[in-house]
Amino acid sequence: MSGPILAGVLLALPGFAAADELRRYAVVGDAIPEPLTARGDATRGRALVVERTSTCILCHNGPFPEQKFQGDLAPNLAGSGSRWSEGQLRLRLVDASSLNDATIMPSYYRVDHLMRVGPAWRGKPILSAEQIEDIVAYLVTLRE
Amino acid sequence: MRLAGIILVSALLTADAIGAEIPPAERRSGTSFMTPDTKAMQDDDTANPGMLWVLDGEKLWARKIGAADKACTDCHNDARTSMKGIAAHYPAFDKTLGRPVDLQGRINLCRVNQQRATPLAYESRELLALTAFVAQQSRGVAIETGSDPQLAPFIANGRELFMQRQGQLNLGCTNCHDDNWDKRLAGSAITQAHPTGYPLYRLEWQSLGSLQRRLRACMSGIRAQAYDFGAPELVELELYLMSRAKGVPLEAPAIRP
Ligand code: HEC
Ligand code: HEC
Ligand code: HEC
Repeated sequence: MSGPILAGVLLALPGFAAADELRRYAVVGDAIPEPLTARGDATRGRALVVERTSTCILCHNGPFPEQKFQGDLAPNLAGSGSRWSEGQLRLRLVDASSLNDATIMPSYYRVDHLMRVGPAWRGKPILSAEQIEDIVAYLVTLRE
Repeated sequence: MRLAGIILVSALLTADAIGAEIPPAERRSGTSFMTPDTKAMQDDDTANPGMLWVLDGEKLWARKIGAADKACTDCHNDARTSMKGIAAHYPAFDKTLGRPVDLQGRINLCRVNQQRATPLAYESRELLALTAFVAQQSRGVAIETGSDPQLAPFIANGRELFMQRQGQLNLGCTNCHDDNWDKRLAGSAITQAHPTGYPLYRLEWQSLGSLQRRLRACMSGIRAQAYDFGAPELVELELYLMSRAKGVPLEAPAIRP
């Protein structure tokens, strides 16, 4: 019964990688120096950051004057690119819990060690490798 | 002995690590986070849409139904006296079932066992109406749920569910409602999650809804698989939340954004 439903969901959400499609990456210190895929696009990255389904601005606020509803559970994203290198930002997005296991920031490119994930999201990372690269490309431009 | 000591210490350490519970003096209803306009709507029975369900519930209270052809009022008389303070003790332990039942579950037990009628569906207008009518009789009464020692293991289960991280976003209820209740998630005040006003009218729903509906919404919000309506886990969560809100006055039917 779950077969066709799952297939339907996958079709409805193009761009979301399945579990077995997660790209391998190498962590060096507190960073992932190499891109997961081709270099991202900062304009698309900004659009993704403010997009509700990406979830970032549920918690964060930032230089998004057009966005009425922003969270205050997390630091302002302005200046991220001055505080962190590209590789550090990449690891923070891929798996923030590897930097701080008590963090509330989700791991956007990880599918293991999760409980009771809803059927529509099971086995899929929150963001695709391409989306992570777009967001990284945008965050590095946020300089103070 | 020493082993017990070690277990106790490690239990204390974990309890400490997973966020502090809110001390009684700092417990605040979700109402205190609302705008003055929404608060005024809740306080004025002529403006509070939840009162429409209460009025329906009052009619249902007097309607004879089922093979027993009995109305609630035939056994419980005037709800203003017989149901006063009842909601402040729910979920309560049911001896026959050997587990806690919430107020809607309790009402359905009377439908089935006393009126000999079919149980009402979760979130049906009739069940919400009867529950709102019964709950309204406890307005202003401080929450007392959880004093029955038979409830202890079920409260413990509910607490564990509240603490545990889950869903694709990998968050626990505690991360928001214990650790960040004074913050905002995008536009919404997070609040302490005290279930003071259920069933309540949510502007986003454009309807009255139960506490179980609210809990399922928070679970879907973190992209977790929500428990089915009536699942023991939801009742355990309700039970933990009510015992965690001890002392806060009830205010059903409340309004929430
Ligand atoms: C559930 C809340 C939450 C969500 C959702 C979230 N974050 Fe975070 N984020 C945090 C918290 C809290 C921190 C602070 C450090 C920590 O706790 O790990 C943080 C830290 C950061 C930092 C480092 C900030 C600094 O300068 O110190 C960046 C960059 C960041 N997040 C980007 C993002 C992006 C991009 C998204 C969306 C893809 C996102 N976050 C989603 C909670 C969140
Ligand atoms: C034939 C008699 C009868 C009818 C009709 C009846 N009940 Fe009951 N009800 C009882 C009895 C007896 C109890 C005591 C608990 C038990 O069943 O063990 C009770 C308990 C309750 C309780 C829990 C009170 C407490 O102290 O915890 C609630 C709430 C309740 N009934 C609501 C209703 C509602 C609402 C209706 C109508 C839909 C209804 N009852 C119809 C006999 C009745
Ligand atoms: C990411 C943060 C977050 C998490 C995690 C979360 N909630 Fe919520 N919860 C909210 C927000 C925000 C609201 C208020 C929504 C609104 O009114 O628009 C809310 C509302 C509630 C309410 C309603 C309180 C009232 O005044 O009526 C309850 C109860 C509740 N949550 C329980 C839970 C439970 C149980 C869990 C775990 C299964 C949970 N929440 C997980 C953010 C969260």
